[in-house]
Amino acid sequence: MTVLTQGLRDGGIVAWRNLLNVRRNTEWLMAAVVQPIMFVLLFAYVFGGALGGEEYREFLIAGIFVQTIAFNSAFTVIGLCNDLQKGIIDRFRSLPMSRLAVLLGRTTSDLVVSSLALLIMSLCGLLVGWRIRGSVLDAILAYVLLLLFGFAMSWIGALIGLSSPSIEVAQSAGLMWLFPLTFISSAFVGAGTMPGPLRAVAEWNPFTAVIQAVRDLFGNEAPPGMAPSPGWPADNALLYALLASVVIMAVFIPLSVAKYRRVASR
Amino acid sequence: MSTDTAVRAEALVKTFGSTRALDGIDLEIPTGTVLGLLGPNGAGKTTAVRILTTLLRPDSGRAWVAGHDVLAEPNKVRKAIGLSGQYAAVDENLTGFENLYMVGRLYGMNKPDARARAGELIGRFRLTDAAARPAKTYSGGMRRRLDLAGALVAAPQVVLLDEPTTGLDPRGRLDTWEVIGELVSDGTTVLLTTQYLEEADRLADTILVIDHGKVIASGTADQLKGEVGGERLDIVVAEDAEIAVAVRVLTEVGSAEPTVDEHGKRVQVLVDAGPKSLVEALRRLDVDGVTVLDVGLHRPTLDDVFLSLTGHATEES
Repeated sequence: MTVLTQGLRDGGIVAWRNLLNVRRNTEWLMAAVVQPIMFVLLFAYVFGGALGGEEYREFLIAGIFVQTIAFNSAFTVIGLCNDLQKGIIDRFRSLPMSRLAVLLGRTTSDLVVSSLALLIMSLCGLLVGWRIRGSVLDAILAYVLLLLFGFAMSWIGALIGLSSPSIEVAQSAGLMWLFPLTFISSAFVGAGTMPGPLRAVAEWNPFTAVIQAVRDLFGNEAPPGMAPSPGWPADNALLYALLASVVIMAVFIPLSVAKYRRVASR
Repeated sequence: MSTDTAVRAEALVKTFGSTRALDGIDLEIPTGTVLGLLGPNGAGKTTAVRILTTLLRPDSGRAWVAGHDVLAEPNKVRKAIGLSGQYAAVDENLTGFENLYMVGRLYGMNKPDARARAGELIGRFRLTDAAARPAKTYSGGMRRRLDLAGALVAAPQVVLLDEPTTGLDPRGRLDTWEVIGELVSDGTTVLLTTQYLEEADRLADTILVIDHGKVIASGTADQLKGEVGGERLDIVVAEDAEIAVAVRVLTEVGSAEPTVDEHGKRVQVLVDAGPKSLVEALRRLDVDGVTVLDVGLHRPTLDDVFLSLTGHATEES
């Protein structure tokens, strides 16, 4: 068996095990879904009135999608840290299985959870007035991009999870870095509304690129004053989003696997 | 490395920061025997197990398990071993059966084989009634049995058990001993770490006593007890005034300084001649008119061995 086929086979077994865990811990799944629903309602109706009403709600959904996908990487962090603390990773590492499998299994099962969350988000979005206005193909491409980006973010989560000394640390470390990244982007307001340096960060933030690409593909227009600032990242949002996802994976997959090989529990 | 040696380690050294967890450990386990690695917390037992199971690389030294170099051919080593760690590594949300099935699949078995093997082990480890329940509903002893079963899924040549009974109640401990006994009768080579001298005495063919990362003694339980020297004579007298007489008599009869427990009116001493020393001591005490309430002759326990080797008891304070 080649390294890759064994990785996929063993990764599939680990993903099966993770999904059994998800199914038997429905509160876990609730957390993945309830928080974004809350964000939709909060932004759509609490801030939405002041920010542009119906038009704003259509603008908002892509931001919430990307936020949901990115925050789900915290499940990768906690899942791996949990396995590490309970000695399950020791057992896996003593087995003649692929060194990639535990991480691949975890990021894959988290991708399944993210897909489910996206489905529920989409239904929720349709209820508050969001619509897919582009072609079916573009819509499919938008979902594929969201999942690809989520998968890439999961690999960052894998490295954080394997580096966390305890579940408590994993819980906060897994989320902390995501707040500035999501808020200093065009997820909730146009980057153009931010002051100078912050605006530059927001414009070049890969989150903005993914959000913009998804908005373009779904055909969701920005309300007045929130249009993307002109420039390379906004003009080439899809390309930039794909590139960012690939680069994140190219960096964090090898780093996580290297960490896994040497990781010591307790 | 010859085929009748299942595990061999040479001069293993591992440091964590300024702590030398292993400071040049050598060990050799003949195929089909049980080696007990005995030592207090922090002696380096777990570090040794982690190196032999490819989880940790030593700073220096070499080790072979089932004929394979742990550093050069880790995957061949992993195929030949089963590990049961200090903390039962079972997935709490999976049933007992699913846990074993998963491990079987990860050893490379196909689905029917993994299912059959999981079923077989569930029966052997008396988990049949609980097989379809999530492991989080299991008692500590059941969890440990499940973890042990996980180590045996691939019928490995060498099984490494890191403190298999730590944290178990007496009943769970007896259960686990029974399972380890069965393993040995099947010809499996076992490395077992323990803080319990009784456990090493009962299960291991050879015992390696380690402390602060070094081997401080090795041999069979009997050899180690022999090193402490003879047996221990234990006398309880009736009156406080008789203690001094008993101490004088036991000093004459014994091979070392007697120890005194004033409160229990108990005097103990190591003796070389066993029953002969006992008879001699009783005769002299009788001549001096001392009333002996209780008398005993004990073979030294491994606790005595540990104390005499290290100068401290097994449970460090």
